[in-house]
Amino acid sequence: MSPEIRAVFQIAGIGFLVAILHTILKQSGKEEFAHWTTFVGFVAVFMIVIGYVDQLYREIQQVFFLSQ
Amino acid sequence: MHILQLVGVGLTATVLVAVLRPRAPQFAMMVGMLAGIVLLLSVVDSMRSVIQSLSDLATAAKVDHSFLSTVLKIIGIAYIVEFAAQVARDAQEGALAGKIELAGKVGIVILALPIITGVIESLVHLLP
Repeated sequence: MSPEIRAVFQIAGIGFLVAILHTILKQSGKEEFAHWTTFVGFVAVFMIVIGYVDQLYREIQQVFFLSQ
Repeated sequence: MHILQLVGVGLTATVLVAVLRPRAPQFAMMVGMLAGIVLLLSVVDSMRSVIQSLSDLATAAKVDHSFLSTVLKIIGIAYIVEFAAQVARDAQEGALAGKIELAGKVGIVILALPIITGVIESLVHLLP
């Protein structure tokens, strides 16, 4: 499994985990914690994705001579 | 990458997005975006040889190389703009997607301007 495909599953896993945590925390009446968990999870996922966006941009710039 | 592998990545990501969408829409959007990036990255890598043979053909036909590089730039802009617009549309931001496409169109027109002026200039030369 290539690292990119692994990242897809990783993000889906983080998404499930955060959704479950959000529900549990909300049920136990800790609304702020629930929102912060979602936010932190989203930032973590964003950090992973932004690296791949950078890679894609570099590749396309290189292949299609967009940087000149 | 093998075509079946690419289709498999797309189908798997589709299932994940469909399951995630009602629970955590922002993560579903991210999974979709990353799957798109994976597909594009593997396709772009194999695009390199196509472009190499195209530029070989251009050199053999003694075509001005700046024309080919302009065409390639336009293709690149079209791909990246299409990708970004689809990600935006996936996140229910149709208006933003339209604006991204507008920006891409303007960029393409700016790139194509030298070719258009060249064609018009040669036409004017042909006229008596």
